[in-house]
Amino acid sequence: MENNILTVSNLVVEFNNHKILDNLSFEVKRDDTLAIIGPNGAGKTVLFKCLLNLLPYKGTVSWADDTRIGYVPQRLTVSKDIPLTVEEFLKFKEKDQVKIESVLSQVGFETKDEHLIHKGKRLLKVRLGVLSGGEFQRVLIAFALLGNPNVLLFDEPTSGVDVSSEETVYVLIDRLKKEKDLTIIFISHELEIVYRYAANVLCLNKEMVCWGPPHIAIDKRSINKLYGEDVRFYQHHNHNHKHE
Amino acid sequence: MENNLLFTLAVGALVGAASGFLGSFMVIKRMSLVGDALSHVALPGLAIALMLGINPMLGAFIALSAAILGVWYLGEKTEIYSEALVGIFFTASLAIGILITPEPELLEALFGNFEKISFLDGVVIIATSLSIYVVIKKISSELLLGVISEELARSKKINVSKINLLYLLAVGLVVAIGVKFVGTLLTGSLVIIPAVAAKNIAKNIKGFQFYAAVIGATSMVIGVTISKIVGIASGPAVVLTSASLFVVSNFIRRKR
Repeated sequence: MENNILTVSNLVVEFNNHKILDNLSFEVKRDDTLAIIGPNGAGKTVLFKCLLNLLPYKGTVSWADDTRIGYVPQRLTVSKDIPLTVEEFLKFKEKDQVKIESVLSQVGFETKDEHLIHKGKRLLKVRLGVLSGGEFQRVLIAFALLGNPNVLLFDEPTSGVDVSSEETVYVLIDRLKKEKDLTIIFISHELEIVYRYAANVLCLNKEMVCWGPPHIAIDKRSINKLYGEDVRFYQHHNHNHKHE
Repeated sequence: MENNLLFTLAVGALVGAASGFLGSFMVIKRMSLVGDALSHVALPGLAIALMLGINPMLGAFIALSAAILGVWYLGEKTEIYSEALVGIFFTASLAIGILITPEPELLEALFGNFEKISFLDGVVIIATSLSIYVVIKKISSELLLGVISEELARSKKINVSKINLLYLLAVGLVVAIGVKFVGTLLTGSLVIIPAVAAKNIAKNIKGFQFYAAVIGATSMVIGVTISKIVGIASGPAVVLTSASLFVVSNFIRRKR
């Protein structure tokens, strides 16, 4: 088995002669947790779309042969009045009820009948549109997990999620990683989260600004290059890094 | 004669069911207005078919397909997709259709006349409705996932743009076979109204599709029967029936 699960080299993306990503090269090792940070418009989501082969690009993006990607997209809104239930949504990907209940428990929904209740209804029978931001996020993670992936791509797991459930999403990602062999690549805008959960960080602002373990790669120079001179940042000293 | 009416009702029920079923996706896709206006495009196709002496349903379908390819192209391949553009283009083709449709046929082309449905038409309509149901049922998951999140669907290697085209062509087909019952002005509402009514009472997607089909079929059967008894055009009778069912569906929702 190759050691790298992902190799990106000389990646360039242009829209209307406008460079969105410029000459990006990096490698991701198996079981790594990589955070991608950068200001709005830095090309983070565009990079994800290239990794998923959803956009035309120049350069190469090559995944190891045994790669199975689970993708959790950014900010999905499903209108309350669409009568699509959690069960029907998950069945788009997997018909097996046992597997569905098992991923739901992996993402933190208890699956004993008496627990799988959402406001008086079986969770599986609830419409997607009435779930809270955090619950919906977990359903999306469950959807991604149904393909039994060895790579998870998370686009801003925290956007649109209240603080307490935001915490659970990361705790959940962390726990999933411990349970199975998973390479995780996530986009975030919060340095604190990056320090706490990522083994490596890629700072992106059209081009690569920094790369490496967060406490080494993120310094005053790279922050200035990313967000401008005015932004202050502080480093965590008592972060409980997960690769102790 | 009685057998004839029964046959017509059965054919109508199938068209209604297929329309309602397709409408359930249209409503979720938030394309109700496009779906409604789309049927106007059938008229010039129908008129040209009448002039050339070919089957009007075929003419309608060819015109609809051309319009659908346009809508699809604007939506998928360019950034300029606009409802307003669709509105202008579709009503313009309605205007052209009104001008070129031979006078004696104009009223029934606009508002439908089920008495003109031949046995062969009926067989074609039945076969078409059934194939629409089978094909769309098969791509239902892909279609719905594409509506919920195009990226999620594409990351699953679903060709969203192809699925959308297939779906829109099915809508074109159902409008073409519905034209004789409901007329080009009103067939669009046969796709939309039953689905909106079904959305009021459905608890899940399966129920949504089922109720939409049932309400579509019911509207057709009741509407055509009323039109036969009272002697009015079938289009308005069918559409008013489905609109009434929509009103009823609101009460069912309130009760819950």
